[in-house]
Amino acid sequence: MTSTSARETRIVADPDVPLVRITREFDAPPEKVFRAHTDPELVARWQGPHGMETRMEHYDCRTGGSYRYVHTRDGEEHAFHGSFHDVRPAQLIVQTFTYDGMPDDVALERLVLEELPGGRTRLTATSLVDSFEGRDAFLASGMETGVREGYERLDALLAH
Amino acid sequence: MAADDLSRVFSALADPTRRDMVARLAVGDATVNELAAPYDVSLQAVSKHLRMLEDAGLVTRSREAQRRPVHLEAQVFDLMTTWIERYRREAEQRYRRLDDVLAAMPDEPLPDDVSPTPGKEGPS
Repeated sequence: MTSTSARETRIVADPDVPLVRITREFDAPPEKVFRAHTDPELVARWQGPHGMETRMEHYDCRTGGSYRYVHTRDGEEHAFHGSFHDVRPAQLIVQTFTYDGMPDDVALERLVLEELPGGRTRLTATSLVDSFEGRDAFLASGMETGVREGYERLDALLAH
Repeated sequence: MAADDLSRVFSALADPTRRDMVARLAVGDATVNELAAPYDVSLQAVSKHLRMLEDAGLVTRSREAQRRPVHLEAQVFDLMTTWIERYRREAEQRYRRLDDVLAAMPDEPLPDDVSPTPGKEGPS
């Protein structure tokens, strides 16, 4: 359904703290958006990089719960795990996030749902990591499709 | 372009102090003294950082004036915003899939569509 107001995804990389904040609005009430974040079957349908399947190992989205899932494509596998620190229905999810390939690193993720008029929701997702290197790696992830183009731009930039 | 030049750019931007300097220079040209002011390090250390940025082609220093301000090559800044824009687009794709999931969801949750948990707390 294409409708009404601009549902622009806004992103801010904070210059002072290693975090990334993403804001997006949805044409559904907070309860529904929350359910799409807590029901493992629904989560698996939208989450993860473009073109990859998500296999849920377990996904227990409630305060004190934990999760582990695997993104797969052509035999390639990337697993992620973490715990749900605080889950408040239709309001808030605070969780940790670790890529199995870098088990010493952990991001703290905070998801806030705000009710908007007309049965809509504003979602604000914040990821805080412990270094700018980590943040930039985070920004660089999921960009495999654009990496070559990025290198071409770098080439052009460095050519003179 | 040699792969070496590329890795020089990446290693130049891998250091937080140097990224900081780039952020400062994005606002406008600055002298070495001005760049050094926020840091508790020697001018020499700051100059060393600058040299790395210069070698990577990220900044230039004008030769004529005594002040010799440091200048950020504007395309570098474009490049960084491009990286963030890529990430934004990736998130937008993800959220469009979420839009579809939301549109396909029934309005009321089924009574047992969440796996039961022992000692569950009641609905709020």
